[in-house]
Amino acid sequence: MVIQKETESVTIRFAGDSGDGMQLTGDQFTDTSALMGNDIATLPDFPAEIRAPQGTLPGVSSFQIQFSQNDIYTAGDSPDVLVVMNPAALKVNLKDLDSGGLLVVNTDSFAEENLKKAGWKSNPLEDNTLKDYSVLRVPFSSLTKNALENSKIKPTEIDRCKNFFALGLMFWVYGRTLDHTVKWIQEKFSKKPDIAEANILALKAGYNYGDITETMPPRTLIKKAEIEPGTYRKITGNEATALGIIAAATLTGKQVLYGSYPITPASNILHELAKRKNFNIKTFQAEDEIAACGAALGASFGGHIGVTATSGPGVCLKSEMINLAVMAELPLVILNIQRGGPSTGLPTKTEQSDLLQVLFGRNGDSPVAVVAASTAANCFDYALEAIRIAIEYMTPVFFLSDGTLANGSEPWQLPDISKLPKIKISHPTTSDGPFLPFVRNEKTLARPWAIPGTKGLEHRIGGIEKADKTGGVSYDPENHHRMTLLRREKIKRIADSIPAAQVFGDPKGKLLVLGWGGTFGAIYAAVSELRKTGKKVSSCHLNYLNPFPKNLGEILRSFETILVPELNMGQLLWLIRGEFEGIHAVGLNKVQGQPFKIKEIEQKIEELL
Amino acid sequence: MTTPEAAAAHLPYTKDDFVSGQDVRWCPGCGDYSILSVMQRTLAQFTTPRENHVFISGIGCSSRFPYYMNNYGFHTIHGRAPAIATGLKCVRPELTVWVITGDGDGLSIGGNHLIHAMRRNIGLNIILVNNQIYGLTKGQYSPTSEIGKITKSSPLGTIDYPINPLCIAIAAEATFIARTIDTDPRHMGQILARAAQHKGVSFVEIYQNCIIFNKDAFVSVTGRETRDDRAIYLEDGKPLVFGKEKNKGITLDGFKTEIADTSRLGDKKLLVHKENDPSPNYAYLLTQMRYPEMPVPFGVFRCIEKPTYEDMMADQIKLVTEKKGKGDLKSVLYTEDVWTVEKKGS
Repeated sequence: MVIQKETESVTIRFAGDSGDGMQLTGDQFTDTSALMGNDIATLPDFPAEIRAPQGTLPGVSSFQIQFSQNDIYTAGDSPDVLVVMNPAALKVNLKDLDSGGLLVVNTDSFAEENLKKAGWKSNPLEDNTLKDYSVLRVPFSSLTKNALENSKIKPTEIDRCKNFFALGLMFWVYGRTLDHTVKWIQEKFSKKPDIAEANILALKAGYNYGDITETMPPRTLIKKAEIEPGTYRKITGNEATALGIIAAATLTGKQVLYGSYPITPASNILHELAKRKNFNIKTFQAEDEIAACGAALGASFGGHIGVTATSGPGVCLKSEMINLAVMAELPLVILNIQRGGPSTGLPTKTEQSDLLQVLFGRNGDSPVAVVAASTAANCFDYALEAIRIAIEYMTPVFFLSDGTLANGSEPWQLPDISKLPKIKISHPTTSDGPFLPFVRNEKTLARPWAIPGTKGLEHRIGGIEKADKTGGVSYDPENHHRMTLLRREKIKRIADSIPAAQVFGDPKGKLLVLGWGGTFGAIYAAVSELRKTGKKVSSCHLNYLNPFPKNLGEILRSFETILVPELNMGQLLWLIRGEFEGIHAVGLNKVQGQPFKIKEIEQKIEELL
Repeated sequence: MTTPEAAAAHLPYTKDDFVSGQDVRWCPGCGDYSILSVMQRTLAQFTTPRENHVFISGIGCSSRFPYYMNNYGFHTIHGRAPAIATGLKCVRPELTVWVITGDGDGLSIGGNHLIHAMRRNIGLNIILVNNQIYGLTKGQYSPTSEIGKITKSSPLGTIDYPINPLCIAIAAEATFIARTIDTDPRHMGQILARAAQHKGVSFVEIYQNCIIFNKDAFVSVTGRETRDDRAIYLEDGKPLVFGKEKNKGITLDGFKTEIADTSRLGDKKLLVHKENDPSPNYAYLLTQMRYPEMPVPFGVFRCIEKPTYEDMMADQIKLVTEKKGKGDLKSVLYTEDVWTVEKKGS
């Protein structure tokens, strides 16, 4: 008889060799859970090497998903269930599994040679290593082989189906349906029907194994989440970013020239857009980061929307071009999907340590606007917002995301298209008298976007300082001072067009947790948990980093202490200390390539209260 | 490039229509004056509307060029003009986009962009003004300076072998490759006109005299007294002959060009110039003809047809739009994987 129980949330981590298909397995589990109405949040974690030597610790890839009947904001601090495909995956991930947690092990892979590669001195399945966990031993490889004994595919291909066996088993444990994954396999392998059939067989065999094996843990069911009514889809941050760009092209009727040079973790935005050329999107894979940015700027000069994407190392290279856009006062959007730095750093791991770089990493007084997404889904909104600001204010705008947002997924409540923001674009067509390319809009201080091909408005721009109004070359000292002030004031005025910052919790008091970007989920979850227990703590999350919302100073001055958790050594902290004199702000800093855990923030809050 | 209606909208242009009125700030006697003037005169011959020419430059003396042309212009950053011009041409293929660069800008700091613009065959007219010296930074050697050259930054002579701009263009398989010189405005005008008319990338090297830091760098080849014997003008379909009496010609011995007396050719055959040779090998041979061993060629080295980047980009978009229809925002957001959460109780 199958025992069933109900629970509110579960966090599962699938871990294996980078060739074991763990990302795909996690993705499929996520899709099905989302379609079954749970709230979901995911955290993929993979090595920078495509295929590190098989069975070794650096080759371990994992995918964590939390699914819940409640609103959730992170992929979970630590897994309740750990599925490991080999000894290396066990070695790397076991420390994260709480005592009493369920460990599902592919016993077939625990042979002498693999144990040695992973650095186990004795077989952990046979000694005391796993005594604190509930262990489910499953010979995934041999069971998959048995299930596929009549298959026509090669033995190596059969072994590769074992992740679907594992997925099928977990589907059984959590009462999921197989339909979505079966359909996905059929589409994915439509040209290789033998492979499709084998994967489906393995999936079903895993599911049935759960059904007939008596030693299985209780079947665990999770109700649909009670989330806001609406239409949803699962989305990763990079997918949402790409869709934001597509939306901008549609809403403005302009072409987007997306200049990019492949870089982790930004590349899949390029892949998404390259598939969508019927949306007025031109993708340009450039010879380097500089040219990617240059081409985007050239497109903006031509009156279309220039977007370039990269990660921190690429921003270093693009800096000179971004500065040209500052000086020429042309729209340009730079997507920085942050990763661990400095230099090559941790390519596939997350960090938010480029904030000061994007604000200050250029020669001269060179102000730019900066926005940051804070969830995978709102990458859509802020990509669109970055383009709006760039066009309305004729300026480069940085859009910041990070490795966790980029690859993590969550449900996205789809927007009503008719309510998406309007982006005003005007190109002058005539001029009374000689055309003056640097006469500004009184409200925004934006200069006119006159584009090549417009008769009578021929003019020259460039990186040399320009005379106010006429745009002619000018080395006049007073003029340079005035132009520097104008460029700064223009960025400040963007604050007139952005929403006020919101406080979650009491509007004043002892402690405010101030965050920005991708740390939103962990901060919000920590603060809301503690508030439920009666703790007096509030939070505020920033999506606009330059300029800040106008009411930020007032908010910060309403609290005795400001706690700023950041995945860097204190960059927003440094900014607010400089901008708002007299506030008392402390940091919580983590640079381990991993997002915050909720409990890390909770602990710090409790320490400060 | 321009519709008959658009052409009729303006009177025939004169050179003055292309003069911006900004004070020209090159040194008196600089070869750039001649290039500017020839460019203005050349554009006046065409019906392309003035507002459809765009000049994009990098950094260096020659890169001030756009300020002096009464067209759209963008004086950008060091070496990057081809990248910016590429983005512009991608979204506005109807414009005539000129890139003005120099030996330092185009071949040193911007070498990468130059190579990639040429190999893509994107429709840019790239004018590389080569004076074999860094002028704006006041006289350091450039990547085209001859080995051993004594400059401020090489007081003992350079130990860098020079790069040959046309070889780079051939290696990148540019579809139009030419060389001209500032002291021959008539020839320069013909070459610029050809470059403008070529579909795809055009690469033109102009030998230019930097009167301050590298005076008379080319005079040994193109000086009034010597040019007949030391320069050879390439004409499509005609044999390669030169000399005051046109009595010297170029023949081939294996992979090597040789000078022959045209009255005593014997079994040898004069090379006949062929711009559209599909193989770049012949054009490469010409780039290896150097003073003092050989006369230096001027003219169009290569002119072939190949689909352009901007056309292929447009074709792909056309094809995918025919197949999938024009992109619809709603359907790309609301995919088949959506699910609906109903109001409670409904």
